Amino acid sequence: MQEFVAFDWWLFFVRWCHIASGVMWIGHLWYFNFTQTPTMPKIPTELRPGVAKYILPEALFWFRWGAMFTIIFGLILAWMNGYLLSSIKIGIGDGSTHNTTIGIGMWLGTIMWFNVWFIIWPNQKKNIGITPATPDEIKVAARTAGLASRVNTMLSIPMLYCMAGVHFY
Amino acid sequence: MKNPLDSLGQTIVLGLVLTVVVVLLIHAIA
Repeated sequence: MQEFVAFDWWLFFVRWCHIASGVMWIGHLWYFNFTQTPTMPKIPTELRPGVAKYILPEALFWFRWGAMFTIIFGLILAWMNGYLLSSIKIGIGDGSTHNTTIGIGMWLGTIMWFNVWFIIWPNQKKNIGITPATPDEIKVAARTAGLASRVNTMLSIPMLYCMAGVHFY
Repeated sequence: MKNPLDSLGQTIVLGLVLTVVVVLLIHAIA
């Protein structure tokens, strides 16, 4: 009984960490797409470096590490729940709507995590001056990062449906 | 042609459409 309670508590703890990291990640994603990007053109040119040089690098730090810890805790959670392998193959052949739902959510989240670390962040490094780049390269990098961020905003809607709605299945 | 992802509104609509597709997919697989 005591062992069962301990396992149950760790299950809760990992879920709590997964959700907290996810809020950190998707919170920043939605901040970029709902607030920062649409507001930038309205900010006077002389004030824009305040966002680009101070707010953006800090927000990108919490954004990308939020993504990393979300996927780490998510994988641990799926393993502890015993459906990691079944959800990776989106429940095909297992007759489990639950595992299909969480599996699709996990794959959407994984695509989003990939976008953050391998498309958005390398391009944003050029944009905020960590990686040296010409003005033309910076323009292309900002456009690529912006589009990948919009793709993630689009994917976040069905991803959250799968994550939050899995208990209906 | 303008990329629909340039518009936040169209991005959200596409996300909702994708959600419907995902729901249909869930029911098709399970």
